[in-house]
Amino acid sequence: MMALNNEIVKQKLVEKFGEQLTNWEEPYNFLTFVAPKDLNLKVLQFLYDDETLKFRFLTDLCAVHYPDRKGEEVAVVYHLHNLENNIRVRFKVYTDAEKTEVYTATALYEAANWMERETYDFFGVNFIGHPNLKRILNVDEMDYFPLRKQYPLEDQTRVDKDDEMFGRGGSIL
Amino acid sequence: MRPVKYNIHPKEAKLADSLIVSEMPDGYTGEGFFATKLSDVVGLARKNSIWPMPFATSCCGIEFMATMASHYDLARFGSERVGFSPRQCDLLMVMGTIAKKMGPVLRQVYIQMAEPRWVMAVGACASTGGIFDTYSVLQGIDQIIPVDVYVPGCAPRPEAILDGVMRIQDIVQNESIRRRNTDHYKALLNSYGIE
Repeated sequence: MMALNNEIVKQKLVEKFGEQLTNWEEPYNFLTFVAPKDLNLKVLQFLYDDETLKFRFLTDLCAVHYPDRKGEEVAVVYHLHNLENNIRVRFKVYTDAEKTEVYTATALYEAANWMERETYDFFGVNFIGHPNLKRILNVDEMDYFPLRKQYPLEDQTRVDKDDEMFGRGGSIL
Repeated sequence: MRPVKYNIHPKEAKLADSLIVSEMPDGYTGEGFFATKLSDVVGLARKNSIWPMPFATSCCGIEFMATMASHYDLARFGSERVGFSPRQCDLLMVMGTIAKKMGPVLRQVYIQMAEPRWVMAVGACASTGGIFDTYSVLQGIDQIIPVDVYVPGCAPRPEAILDGVMRIQDIVQNESIRRRNTDHYKALLNSYGIE
């Protein structure tokens, strides 16, 4: 049997989903593509079930905020691993920051449970169907999603820190 | 080759130089008796038997371990008994970054300590949040519990921590032994929402 490689993976996916998958890239030999957000579970299921592909390990699930991409500000990124052939694949789905609704992958990968909670905690992605979508790392009282880029990193309630010492404003600039 | 310049003419240490005897409190002495205020004696005793409760979350905790160990030897100040139960300890030493999520835990530890109790914030993070000027880090433990002594540094050297302990000793010796009953102290605790 020929070893699995990026070309075969890509070919399989194109056979199944055709033109719906876009932005194919291979940075550092890491196959990457973009899927429509409504298709995320179908793509995951296909990558999981297919007898050749067998991407049955969810390495990571996270999000990236692109404030300049109007209407699709938040990208949810899935990293999958085929443990038999040691091949990885990554794909993104984009969603609106105002209405972040992405289907949960918890039914397929148990590992997605906490990763989706973390993604919700920091980026406010609403994973539809998640069994327990609440904050996991930040304090429960927090009323915003801190890794979205519209928020400054620093605690804005501070009055006792000298801004000059923190490289933001003051006479040095 | 780096020449060895140190310790070639070792100085004989004089025993008298390395001994520090506590100052005797004011009082009346006579043949076979010494009379003084009870509060002075209690202050002297408390000062030299402080049990620290280390609350070490990061690198300052490592410096504290050095402070505690034989070279710097915290035991010289009567604080050799480091306790890990807040109910038995007198001095809460907070060393390291306190995340906002850790805040209620620290507060609970403080509440569990019995009076009289003192708090020392060791290092920049515990005192002010330090370099972690960010959404997830508590910007100084004095936002949730009262602090007696702040030790600056990032991380402070063991000498600085020892200096902080000695400042605590001064407070312990000189303040009213019934501090907990004063209106000022009650108002301070109330301002933190602690009974």
